[in-house]
Amino acid sequence: MKLIIATIKPFKLEEVREALTQIGVRGMMVTEIKGFGAQSGHTEIYRGAEYSVNFVPKAKIEVVADDDLADQIVDTITKTARSGKIGDGKVFVLNVEQTIRVRTGETGPDAV
Amino acid sequence: MKRVKTLTWLAAAMLMPAAGFAQEAPAAVPTDMVWIMNTLLFLIGGFLVFFMASGFAMLEAGLVRSKNVTMQLTKNMGLFSLACLAYYVVGYNLMYPLGTWGVDKVLSGVWGVAVMEGVGVAADGVDDYSYASTASDYFFQLMFCAATASIVSGALAERIKLWPFLIFTVVLTGLIYPIQASWKWGGGFLDEAGFLDFAGSTVVHSVGGWAALTGAIILGPRIGKYSKDGKVNPIQGSNLALATLGTFILWLGWFGFNGGSQLAMGSIGDIADVSRIFVNTNMAAAAGAIVAMILTQVSYGKVDLTMVLNGALAGLVSITAEPLTPTLGWSLIIGGIGGAIVVYGVPLLDKLKIDDVVGAIPVHLFAGIWGTLAVVLTNSDASLGTQIYSILVVGVFVVVTSAVVWLVLKAITGIRVSEEDEINGLDMSELGMDAYPDFSKST
Repeated sequence: MKLIIATIKPFKLEEVREALTQIGVRGMMVTEIKGFGAQSGHTEIYRGAEYSVNFVPKAKIEVVADDDLADQIVDTITKTARSGKIGDGKVFVLNVEQTIRVRTGETGPDAV
Repeated sequence: MKRVKTLTWLAAAMLMPAAGFAQEAPAAVPTDMVWIMNTLLFLIGGFLVFFMASGFAMLEAGLVRSKNVTMQLTKNMGLFSLACLAYYVVGYNLMYPLGTWGVDKVLSGVWGVAVMEGVGVAADGVDDYSYASTASDYFFQLMFCAATASIVSGALAERIKLWPFLIFTVVLTGLIYPIQASWKWGGGFLDEAGFLDFAGSTVVHSVGGWAALTGAIILGPRIGKYSKDGKVNPIQGSNLALATLGTFILWLGWFGFNGGSQLAMGSIGDIADVSRIFVNTNMAAAAGAIVAMILTQVSYGKVDLTMVLNGALAGLVSITAEPLTPTLGWSLIIGGIGGAIVVYGVPLLDKLKIDDVVGAIPVHLFAGIWGTLAVVLTNSDASLGTQIYSILVVGVFVVVTSAVVWLVLKAITGIRVSEEDEINGLDMSELGMDAYPDFSKST
């Protein structure tokens, strides 16, 4: 089982969710985050005083999936979330040790 | 006793036509209808100025951080209510001795609670047949007193303790404000000198501004506002929608603030004057907003909404000393300069390391001084020398008395919350109550 973590531009979220459900993803976790990468911040002025905006809002998607679906998920996210401009984000793939369905107690790939 | 007071007042009013009144229009021949219309003006003007309390509350709530919103709102509820109490207990009679001076033209000799006329009073039983009901006069003037206190609360936000602030409010509204106001509107020595201040650019706005300035200096800036290397760090407001709502509400209330200060509505001349005042007041606000918009766009490359809000208010403060005599063109200029004062005044205070959270000092003090001076531009009865003299007299009085109160409070209870409390936010540390408990906070 794999955990796929993707940070994407917030306005791409709906599109990515739609594309993932189309390839069979039945669950995901979404968090609003802020961060920076190569896309650096900028300065603004509030009441005559300058300040740096170092962080940019992003959406973080976390999906746990079977190994065979994982590659497809990474591919789908990458294609759908890409705008071609700086700040498109990153995707990480991690191994998952165990998954448990709370309602039934099932474990392993059946619980994903 | 009441009749003697009435006769004394009438006699005084006849001898000094300007005493206690803000305008130059000849008074209408007293009749029942004139009295009724005057009273109505005070009642309507009064509740419009009352609504400015919500304007201040929303403006301030929107310009402080989320973690301090409950505190700001509590301060506003508290200061307004305490002003009502202090003005009743001692303020009203200190402000309007009606000729009974303790120290001639300087300190009222009447120390006691405000008293209204009796229920169902008849024409021959009213306190002043040439004026309006005492209750309406009290109501109207009370709102001005409370407005003065509101000015102070914005500047000192996000680091002041609740009860010391409220105690200061009681002294401000019970003693400081009424005493200096008696010098002009109560027929005191400033009025005698020919000082003109129609609705209170000095008497209300600069007084609040001086008290705020003194407090801000003694209190010190917020943690993190000024870095050791001299950098000014912006601390953004939590809700600009509330701040804008508050500004528009204040703008609305100002029609009562300035319009009601005509103090008469029973003749064609008087109500025509009230109409002029509404129009000039509005124009000055608009001009202040536009100038702030243009100047921030030019100086910073982007319009700063908070400056536009301040600009409109500064325009209003600027016209407050004389909203009757200017033409629309003059109101535009006077209000517009108010807007400019704010755009330059805010960074100036930061340069001096005086932390004014909402811009109350540029809006009310700086623009208040400008508005007071600007009277000479459109009112030939005003003299620049007298205006300056009066500004200084009131300024020194308010700064000295405010400083004394702040320093005494600082020595006895302390006026500033602890560093940890300030960082956690006053809502939790002083009140234990989150303003937005459902929203997760970033700071």
